[in-house]
Amino acid sequence: MTAPPEQAHHAWPVRLAHWIMAASVLVMIGSGWRIYNASPIFPFRFPDWATLGGDVEAALALHNDPGVATAIAWHFAGMWTLALSWLGFVVWGIAAGHFWRDYLPVGPRSFWRDFTAALRFRLAHRLGEYNAVQRVFYWGVLAALLGLMVSGLAIWKPVQTYPLERLFGGFEGARVVHFLLMTAVCGFVAVHLVLVALVPRTLLAMVLGRATAPAKPETS
Amino acid sequence: MISRRTFAGRTLSVGALTLLTGCDVSDTDAVQAALARVSSWNDRVQAWLFSGRRLAPTFPESAAVPDFRFNAFYAADRSPVLAPDDYRLTLAGRIADKRPWTVARLQELPMQSQVTRHVCVEGWSMIGKWTGTPLSVFLDRIGADRTARYVGFECADGYYEGIDMPTALHPQTLMAFQLSDRKLPTRYGYPLKIRIPTKLGFKNPKFVTTLYVTNERPRTFWTDRGYNWFSGI
Repeated sequence: MTAPPEQAHHAWPVRLAHWIMAASVLVMIGSGWRIYNASPIFPFRFPDWATLGGDVEAALALHNDPGVATAIAWHFAGMWTLALSWLGFVVWGIAAGHFWRDYLPVGPRSFWRDFTAALRFRLAHRLGEYNAVQRVFYWGVLAALLGLMVSGLAIWKPVQTYPLERLFGGFEGARVVHFLLMTAVCGFVAVHLVLVALVPRTLLAMVLGRATAPAKPETS
Repeated sequence: MISRRTFAGRTLSVGALTLLTGCDVSDTDAVQAALARVSSWNDRVQAWLFSGRRLAPTFPESAAVPDFRFNAFYAADRSPVLAPDDYRLTLAGRIADKRPWTVARLQELPMQSQVTRHVCVEGWSMIGKWTGTPLSVFLDRIGADRTARYVGFECADGYYEGIDMPTALHPQTLMAFQLSDRKLPTRYGYPLKIRIPTKLGFKNPKFVTTLYVTNERPRTFWTDRGYNWFSGI
């Protein structure tokens, strides 16, 4: 008896939205770190090389500005591509059934089962099927991105959207929430990239749309 | 298929370039031009979002800091010292009565106070108490063309700013003569600062010596250095 081959399939709207979101998130994090450095809310700064916004020394010499102008221009460009791709991803996920089919069901019990299995390296990855940890992570990162957009809006337009900032305990609270959600997204990206490195065929599927796992040798 | 793969590849390589090597495409002309185009689009979005009636939040007087943070493109001790007897506010552009104003005459204008929040583009914010005359009252007094698109400012410290007319006519946009109930201290722009609680801090010019009304968008100091023009909050 042979099981059907494991196969991952991503429809083109999912792939398009995924890659635009991925690029936008990188732009938002890199430029956000440069903007953070202009007025840190915690007692540390990000190294300039890890931030986006051009050469700091050159900008200082030319503009008397540590490249924050360019970082802000990136940030307020990336916000549009992030918002649009996020919206596209979510609308497609709901309308085409992707979310109901692949992200549900999920519950604390299945999450705990798969989470402890993963920690003991006993969680098998089946191409084309998400385990409970992945499902929770995908819901989580979509929620974190929504939180980043709402807190970001409260920081960008504290007057026009007032009293939106109160949702976060005020303007300073919104900055802290924006930072913490960014940290959560960084954590997601790190885990996501490690898992992709462990199962490279998932990258193939997200680029080409389809990938099939190699046939498993017969065990006797 | 090829184009999609190429797209994904390019997206990946831009990301990898930034994330892994720290090499940065920001300083290329093409990227700067693209970012400038998005910035002008953002100007339009912000002008559309701006409401001439929505007021910036105000705070109790106890929330106002007595020692406001100094911020400029020079050190505080390089602030220009303007002698009240020599100072004149020069008027230009689409204004009926262009006679210059002395400090004494400016201070006879009707005054009101506001406790509002100053939000810096760097991210920090600070609440202060400013006292002065609504700019819209002054614009009426001098017979300014309220249908013009912009109001511009030139300053004794070499700064230059400009705002859209809807913001200039906003009831909380003040010609501020006082900070924390005291005559505007030198480094905060004596004798005249424009206080705009609906704009980022850098659009609040100090040491204003010329005010003009125009249909051509005024050059502004930080926009010439890459910052967004409208910069509303």
